[in-house]
Amino acid sequence: MPNEERRHTICVLVDNEPGVLARVIGLFSGRGYNIESLTVSEVDRARSLSRINIVTSGNRYVIDQIKALLDKLVPVHSVQDLTVEGPHVERELALVKVLGDRERLVQALRIADFMHARLVDSSPGSLIFELTGTPEELDAFIDLVQPVEVSRAGVVAIGRGGIILEPGEPEPGEPEA
Amino acid sequence: MTAPRETLSQPADVVTATGAQVVLRALVDQGVDVIFGYPGGAVLPIYDELFKQDRIFHVLVRHEQAAVHAAEGYARSTGKVGVVLVTSGPGATNTVTGLTDALMDSVPIVCLTGQVPTHMIGNDAFQEADTVGITRPCTKHNYLVSRPEDLARVIHEAFSVARSGRPGPVVVDLPKNILMGSAPYVGPEAARRRSVAVRRRPDRERIRQAVELLARAERPIFYVGGGVINSGDRACELLRELVRRSGAPITLTLMGLGAYPADDPQYLGMVGMHGTYEANMAMHDCDLMIAIGARFDDRVTGRLDRFSPHSRKVHIDIDPSSINKNVPVDVAIVGDAGEALAAMLEAWSALGEEPRRSRMDAWWEQIRRWRAVDSLRFRPSRDVIKPQHAIRRLWELTRGMDPIVTTDVGQHQMWAAQYFHLFAPRRWLTSGGLGTMGYGFPAAIGAQIAHPDRLVINISGDASWVMNMQEMSTAMQYRLPVKIFLVNNEYMGMVRQWQDFFHGSRRAESYMAALPDFVKLAEAFGAKGLRATHPDELDDVIREMLATPGLVLADIVVDKVENVYPMIPGGAAHNEIKLCPEDDGPHEPVSEEGMVLV
Ligand SMILES: Cc1ncc(C[n+]2csc(CCOP(=O)(O)OP(=O)(O)O)c2C)c(N)n1
Repeated sequence: MPNEERRHTICVLVDNEPGVLARVIGLFSGRGYNIESLTVSEVDRARSLSRINIVTSGNRYVIDQIKALLDKLVPVHSVQDLTVEGPHVERELALVKVLGDRERLVQALRIADFMHARLVDSSPGSLIFELTGTPEELDAFIDLVQPVEVSRAGVVAIGRGGIILEPGEPEPGEPEA
Repeated sequence: MTAPRETLSQPADVVTATGAQVVLRALVDQGVDVIFGYPGGAVLPIYDELFKQDRIFHVLVRHEQAAVHAAEGYARSTGKVGVVLVTSGPGATNTVTGLTDALMDSVPIVCLTGQVPTHMIGNDAFQEADTVGITRPCTKHNYLVSRPEDLARVIHEAFSVARSGRPGPVVVDLPKNILMGSAPYVGPEAARRRSVAVRRRPDRERIRQAVELLARAERPIFYVGGGVINSGDRACELLRELVRRSGAPITLTLMGLGAYPADDPQYLGMVGMHGTYEANMAMHDCDLMIAIGARFDDRVTGRLDRFSPHSRKVHIDIDPSSINKNVPVDVAIVGDAGEALAAMLEAWSALGEEPRRSRMDAWWEQIRRWRAVDSLRFRPSRDVIKPQHAIRRLWELTRGMDPIVTTDVGQHQMWAAQYFHLFAPRRWLTSGGLGTMGYGFPAAIGAQIAHPDRLVINISGDASWVMNMQEMSTAMQYRLPVKIFLVNNEYMGMVRQWQDFFHGSRRAESYMAALPDFVKLAEAFGAKGLRATHPDELDDVIREMLATPGLVLADIVVDKVENVYPMIPGGAAHNEIKLCPEDDGPHEPVSEEGMVLV
């Protein structure tokens, strides 16, 4: 169904230069597309390349439009839609702070234990957990421990097996008819 | 698109000069012969270098917005990149309208802006503006040069970005210390950036599909836009050949006018809000639409959910993001229009047997009936000059002179599109996407600079023209014989028309009170001023305008309240097009959805 809204995870390899993030964000804000999550970091120092992971949603035409517009940006080397291209791994990291009395904190420790969250700080009356997982796993943990404060890193993603994002000559995509 | 110029490049020979010298050398190596600019503190080093050389001709405009429009006029009338040079702060911010105009209408521009020295950026220094921040959404790309070693490469890259793929404006922001310090020079070859690569060759299989659809269609239409003109004269020739061989009708967008000769029997006139009845009805009823270098703009499609409901659609465009943006298509072909047309002609020849023309007989019969409606008719008058008549006479009296026509925005623009027929590309310069009042006169200046011996006419409106009338000085300084044909209705006519149609005739602020005496105004600048107020005077004034050497302003005082027809009101479909009524009675109310549209 071309008109069905879907969540897409899009990875973009860009030159690590000033303004590149502003260009990507401006493309979304200027056209009213939404960004659910965005992460950026340098991934290849020698070639000065950064990778931007974007989670967005839209119907097929909107997503095609987003990819085509990203591809047109001069500092963009390649664009990969992992949701379309196939199996991939998505991870997100969260720091989660819980406040409360002993009983509350013990209960949080128990939940953390069975959901594989790591205790990274313990102060009087407060605990901080670190959890890595899919966004859904993070949601579930946060739901259970009822934290006072959450800091999430946003989704990072990578294709499985031979699905590789490389800076190679970008052949501008042929939109599907 | 013109091919990148062959340039003498010697990447090996890296010479060092001042930044300003590097800028000029890069411009020369890019084949630049003219720049449109306005000086100021931050760019004085470049002006100093300009003073010392004679390879690049600098045209001093009177406002930086006009510099960009003039560069657009130069670019669109030649196919080359237009170059602008302005100072920091207000010089740069004044270019924003022109840059946005060039972005919307795919005009290749390189705009060099001065900037405060790098160590002062961010300090709110005198005449500092965040130029790359401000121009990011209105350029194809922009650069702030912060290291001398990047300077030459960035300027070369700016040119290749501006002219590659779908052309557009590029800003290069130049801090003054970079211009004054020393910088190495590298030639254009050193600046190849892979990510600027654009797909030009279309997919063969999809071309074949498109041609098969065309060979079978009973009600086909070509819908062609400015992309074919940007592709080059060859693309326009191939278009003519394909249209003639296929026997299908063709319509053009406002930006496409001139890509196909207006007197050809297969041409239906312009499509869209003020397009002809036959073009809009044919777009609505066709069974196959072949869109080439056109972007399904809302002024063309009208109401989207009722746009051409029965057709298969093929879309050829060099910009993948233009495809499936507003209208989903059946066959999407990314590539250069000229390459795609050549491939289609080849595929047409390979069809085996020539498709039977008779399959389109009923279609052409239908088109003949639509044409008989004569949608461009207007009520003539013996007492007042009808604006449509004025433009028609201007066209008739300049036939054979192959003029370049520029327009401003409003009713006169639509009448020019309807009554000033064009037969070849790059003769029609108008602000289509942005609809920028004040575009026409500076664009005419740019076109006249590029074509000193051609007839260049600026068809304008009284409100639009005063927005950049300071450029009279520019035209006088360079002895540019631009002919200004002012369709003077004392109103912002298009605004008045919408108020009369959609806002109960409440003409809020659309009357142009206190207009100058345009004849005296022209004389004040040292130009020739003429006026026609009665139909009997019209032809003589046009003839005198054409016969007078130098800059002429002809004030054509026309019917104050004439309306543009046909018209597809906002929110309506093509087949709801309104024709010129026998009497200008009250207008039917527009739907609420329609009212919010611009
Ligand atoms: C810079 C700018 N401001 C406002 C508008 C909105 N607008 C569109 S047409 C028009 C009136 C133009 O009047 P005029 O130049 O006299 O031409 P006419 O319609 O009378 O032929 C206006 C104000 C615009 N297109 N551009």
